Amino acid sequence: MPVFKHPQILIASNLTDGEVVFLGSSGWERDHRRARVARKAEEATALEALGKRDISANHVVDVYLADVEIGSDGAPTPLHYREKMRVKGPSVRLDLGKQAGEGAL
Amino acid sequence: MTAVDLRVAQRPNAPMTTYRYDEYDAAFVSERVAEFREQVNRRLSGALTEEEFRPFRLMNGLYLQLHAYMLRVAIPYGTLTARQMRRLADIADKWDKGYGHFTTRQNLQYNWPKLVDTPDILESLADVEMHAIQTSGNCIRNVTADHFAGVAPDEIEDPRPTAEFLRQWSSLHSEFSFLPRKFKIAVTGAEHDRAAILVHDIGLRIVKNDEGEIGYQVVVGGGLGRSPFIGKVVGDFVPREDLLAFLEAILRVYNRFGRRDNKYKARVKILVHEKGIDEIRAAVEAEFAAMDRSVFAHDPEEFERIAAFFAPPPYESLPATSALLRAAKLETPAFANFVDVNVGAHKIPGYAIVTVSLKPIGGVPGDATSDQMRVLADASERFGFGELRVSHEQNIILPHVRQDDLFALWSMLDAASLATANAGLVSDIISCPGLDYCSLATARSIPIAQAISKRFSDMSRQRRIGKLGVKISGCINACGHHHVGAIGILGLEKKGQESYQITLGGDPTFSASIGEILGPGVTAEQVPDVVEHLVDYYLAEREEGEAFIDTWRRIGHARFKDVLRREGEDGADI
Amino acid sequence: MALISDGRFIEDAWRRLADEEALPKSGKFIVSLPRLEHAVEVLGPTATFGVIVPNTTEPSALIAALPRLDLISIAFPAFADGRGFSLARLLRRAQFKGELRASGRLVADQYPHAIGCGFDTIEIPDDLADRQDEEQWRAALNAYSMSYQRGYAGRGSILEARRKAVRS
Repeated sequence: MPVFKHPQILIASNLTDGEVVFLGSSGWERDHRRARVARKAEEATALEALGKRDISANHVVDVYLADVEIGSDGAPTPLHYREKMRVKGPSVRLDLGKQAGEGAL
Repeated sequence: MTAVDLRVAQRPNAPMTTYRYDEYDAAFVSERVAEFREQVNRRLSGALTEEEFRPFRLMNGLYLQLHAYMLRVAIPYGTLTARQMRRLADIADKWDKGYGHFTTRQNLQYNWPKLVDTPDILESLADVEMHAIQTSGNCIRNVTADHFAGVAPDEIEDPRPTAEFLRQWSSLHSEFSFLPRKFKIAVTGAEHDRAAILVHDIGLRIVKNDEGEIGYQVVVGGGLGRSPFIGKVVGDFVPREDLLAFLEAILRVYNRFGRRDNKYKARVKILVHEKGIDEIRAAVEAEFAAMDRSVFAHDPEEFERIAAFFAPPPYESLPATSALLRAAKLETPAFANFVDVNVGAHKIPGYAIVTVSLKPIGGVPGDATSDQMRVLADASERFGFGELRVSHEQNIILPHVRQDDLFALWSMLDAASLATANAGLVSDIISCPGLDYCSLATARSIPIAQAISKRFSDMSRQRRIGKLGVKISGCINACGHHHVGAIGILGLEKKGQESYQITLGGDPTFSASIGEILGPGVTAEQVPDVVEHLVDYYLAEREEGEAFIDTWRRIGHARFKDVLRREGEDGADI
Repeated sequence: MALISDGRFIEDAWRRLADEEALPKSGKFIVSLPRLEHAVEVLGPTATFGVIVPNTTEPSALIAALPRLDLISIAFPAFADGRGFSLARLLRRAQFKGELRASGRLVADQYPHAIGCGFDTIEIPDDLADRQDEEQWRAALNAYSMSYQRGYAGRGSILEARRKAVRS
């Protein structure tokens, strides 16, 4: 098992429309600030198990844990630039994607 | 009288523009749509797992990307009718976000389709004789060709009948749909290579032998990606009647012996590299000899049937030069610049080939809005027999424009922000979508292209610099062809940051070469500075008539490396 | 395991012999490739047997035994590993007339490809058969009325049809 260094959230793509989603406390959320944060390795493992369940149920695909930092408001922000991109949308089209308030589940 | 003659007779003045489906093609594509609709339903129901579904959705051009699905539509040999271009615009509006991205393989990508909508999109495409078949997956990909096919003055034969012949042969091929890795074929029929055939899995060059017969020089094992290779000749002169059998032999050798243990070593270029071209040639020749070639026996009638669709449009008989054009150039300098840079010689007197740049200063290379697509469709109908081409440089070509019409065309393009006069210049940058869209990317590429483009926004400076290919890839897979850029830029991740490796001296043509690394990676902010220093050094060193690549070849890589070292020591911003 | 033939799930009349099992006196059975030479040697001309081979097998290794074999099963280690399709083609080219079987986790959508390359039957694990029922296999078989290639089995060739239309 990889070393647990940072808090983590579970990120995935919604099967039917490909929208980026995050596992929240009551299902998949399109806003990463509503993601459930794993603060220990066991919690991350539990998130992954839920992800596997929803892969099997054909709800989501391409599920993985992403390292985050927790802001003063308690909301998680991804640490890596790739996932920073995924929670916003294309940096060359600020009028599109989550950053523009687009997308819904 | 054959079926082909009948068709021509029915449409006396309407050019074919491109291959048109017969009842068999139409049935095939509509069956493909129905099959995919069922595949999507079975994926949603769980009959297909994602792992099982993946190769089938990829073979229909559907990827899962960073923000959404992405659908890659095939534009075989880059040729489009006005009606097809309009349909691409309509699809962008109805099922996507009002724009599309033209790619380095002459295709079009939609960045936001929903999985559940894709069968409807494919049905809409089928309605205008288009599809997304084999634009991805480990199969024979959409066949590409010279974007000046049929109009270039240096052409032996139009490569598109061959490409269409191969498109059909490779469609849902029972034996070759689960190859070790993707397989790309490009065809050129000209003396100058505009299809980059030496960096394809198979490159075909139409040649004439001493007896004046047409045949193919077959090159195998070229490719970019992690390990770039220039292709090697496996067949010097393959007569047309043997072409399919010969390709089938190559594919069979590759399917059986290509590596499957490591996806980075699975392309045919690695097989050719590891076994050596002589061993591969022997294996292909042995397989070719063992085949029942009667099965592949060339059908001259079928080839002619296909070739007839690419017959020249009804050109007018015109003087070689246009007085109108000359006058308009004198009157409007911006138009004169456009003509000098974006307009090329046509094989028919009085006509010209126009490149419409999809690289406005600071824009996203290869992107076009649905409105721009419609303008292009209209322009092609008014001024170019309703025909359009997509180039692997991610631009649109109007292949037959009367020189007399150039000014009117330019005015129309200018009004739609489509008249950037930079074809082949430093801001005509090839770029993959990079990390702004692509899930494989390790860094962004579009913002780098935008920054370089803005740095060189002075068009007279660009013209002074002359032809210069800048090519940017956002990962080692090299969709942005950085290896063959005179200046190549590769985006990588270094210690959690985007980092850019620069190469010099790449060339995608018959004088193909792979770029050499300039030095350690630089940051995104440094890239325009580095490019500018390199360009300034070239301007200082160049001799009369030398393009960047020529100067680099003459004075050598080391001297260009020194420039950057000096700049770095001077405490400059590198 | 489930067996698909002509778009239907059927009973398998063949039995895969474990390597430690003695060669039976009767019945249809399949041996592994390392046992093939021995089987050909000791079994009488009336014995009905087949062999299961890896997809990397050189066809030349089977040529001598071909007239004796009633079945060749080609293993697909992964459904996306297409080597078995080429091997099937080569065995048909070598005039093998018996049953050609694809064995592995093939998915229904590959059925027309398998038929095209000369396979008769597909053997898949039960969990796959549960998800991809007979109806899906039959639908896949009938997904296309014709194919663009010539010389592949199963469907009519578009090239042949055009040739006929032009010449008639």
